[in-house]
Amino acid sequence: MSGASKNGGRKNAFQRFAANKGALVGLVVLLVILVVAVAGPWWYPTSPWRMVGRPFLAPFVMDRFPLGTDTLGRDIAAGLAHGARVSLLIGLVSTSVALLIGVPLGALAGYFGGWIDDAAMRFTEFFQTIPSFALAIVIVAILQPSLASIVLAIGVVSWPPVARLVRGEVMSLRTREYVQAAVTLGQSTPRIIFSQVLPNAVAPIIVMGSLMVASAILLESALSFLGLGDPNMMTWGYMVGAGRTRLIDAWWVSFFPGFAIFLTVLALNLVGEGLNDALNPRLSGGRN
Amino acid sequence: MPFLTFLTGRIAKGFLVLLAIAVLNFLLIRAAPGDPAMVMAGEAGAADAVFLEQLRQRFGLDKPFIEQLWLYLKGYLVLDLGFSYRQQQPVLGLIMTRLPATLLLTGTAFVFSLAMGMVLGILAARRVGKLSDSAITLSALVFYATPLFWVALLAQIVFALKLGWVPNIGYETIGAGYTGIRRALDIGHHLILPALTLGLFFMALYARMMRASMLEVAGADFVKTARAKGLSEGVITRRHVARNALLPVVTLAGLQAGQLVGGAVLTETVFAWPGIGRLMFEALAQRDYALLLGVFFVSSAMVVALNLLTDIIYRAVDPRIEAAS
Repeated sequence: MSGASKNGGRKNAFQRFAANKGALVGLVVLLVILVVAVAGPWWYPTSPWRMVGRPFLAPFVMDRFPLGTDTLGRDIAAGLAHGARVSLLIGLVSTSVALLIGVPLGALAGYFGGWIDDAAMRFTEFFQTIPSFALAIVIVAILQPSLASIVLAIGVVSWPPVARLVRGEVMSLRTREYVQAAVTLGQSTPRIIFSQVLPNAVAPIIVMGSLMVASAILLESALSFLGLGDPNMMTWGYMVGAGRTRLIDAWWVSFFPGFAIFLTVLALNLVGEGLNDALNPRLSGGRN
Repeated sequence: MPFLTFLTGRIAKGFLVLLAIAVLNFLLIRAAPGDPAMVMAGEAGAADAVFLEQLRQRFGLDKPFIEQLWLYLKGYLVLDLGFSYRQQQPVLGLIMTRLPATLLLTGTAFVFSLAMGMVLGILAARRVGKLSDSAITLSALVFYATPLFWVALLAQIVFALKLGWVPNIGYETIGAGYTGIRRALDIGHHLILPALTLGLFFMALYARMMRASMLEVAGADFVKTARAKGLSEGVITRRHVARNALLPVVTLAGLQAGQLVGGAVLTETVFAWPGIGRLMFEALAQRDYALLLGVFFVSSAMVVALNLLTDIIYRAVDPRIEAAS
């Protein structure tokens, strides 16, 4: 990672990451999920919506359906494989959207200060006050559920912490000597922000980004659970919701997809903490 | 700053936030694909031509943009949040009948999560590196990653359907006709599972925060002083460390109020709890957008009110805040 070289600790970033056992476990789990997401459609080339077997087949009984079938006879393992792709995709893209809103806004507020800072921070506070899940529901429902509206909704409710973080970083960075030097040299303001200030704020942004992917996946699954998923895509949240009417006879229909969400989010959180140790050694120095 | 100035300032700010949310609602309706009158009536398509015409009249949908915005905001100013065509009732009335159940659920979950988070955080911080610390830290990590709706379903299977300890769904036993204390106990019995599942995530969050905050405060000079004075470790933890460590946790809890309301949508949906979260789910299923936007507005108002309350309590509790302002 680019942050490694400038943190002058005795260990480098990789060693610090590797010293965190939880982060390593998280990374392995995440890689497995990534493989499933990439290879899933090859393993299960038929649509996960197809009714391929008898409904309510219990898991671990038939080799063909290792995780059983759901209320309509759809293969749960196939659904999980296809859902992995959607979860990771939405998590990554919506986090990028949140970064695209939050980073420039925070950078402007922190660099210029004054009324720009005031206005940007009032705007941020407003979005932090609104109940974010309710706002996401309203956005997706009114714009109609689709990949685009879901990504937009998650991005729109997730950017405020990014803006605050970047603002703080930029405020402290802009007084550094090398930034002052760039100002004296007559570099343009956008160039200073992009080439002098922001590259030095990358480490905390990466850490926050990895944690945001986790919460974006949770948010997406909750939206699909409520029936606000893209109707063309099999998602884990949808699968949990589809099974909930027959909980007593077929617990596995809701259990496995929920467990997949849990594992993915846990793995991402662990990796995020590991990245924090690796990239922000000063901040996590007190960890034991 | 005198208290009254502070209070009027905060109320004015809260009012501005609500106004901005009304504007946001208006913009969302305009952003929706299709005819705004259809969107307001609810896309279920059941709305008749007369009702659509009434909406067009009332909101001036043939008039310029700014005028439409004004007509829309005028409704919110007199607390008219529109009419649910599906339910044939004013939106505000529908929400008000459901609000008490949500306040009960979120209030209980809030108190539970804050109290348990505090206790677990203190325990973990006092035993850093020991087994109980690891257990608490690990379970915080686990709950933090668990999808709320999923844990609600699992709790429902295990504690209601299999073990039968608590009721499966609902607010009270239908047709039992309980009154007074018996009714309160009955509701309380139904409340346990939804409130606990809703509170778990926040408990995990507060426990982690409390632990970190305790460890930070424990290194402060006044703690060394207290120890030098010969105070017992128990007194130091309770009176000096925990009290100061609590402040950032309470700040976080206040900021999380909005999340709690969002979580209520999922919990109420799973447990058929008749609050505004469940109402939101019903509005979704029926594509009743007037109702949906109304619930969104009222839940935002709840959060604004709660933030205001936190600010007031804060000012009362911590004299440093008044001195600083």
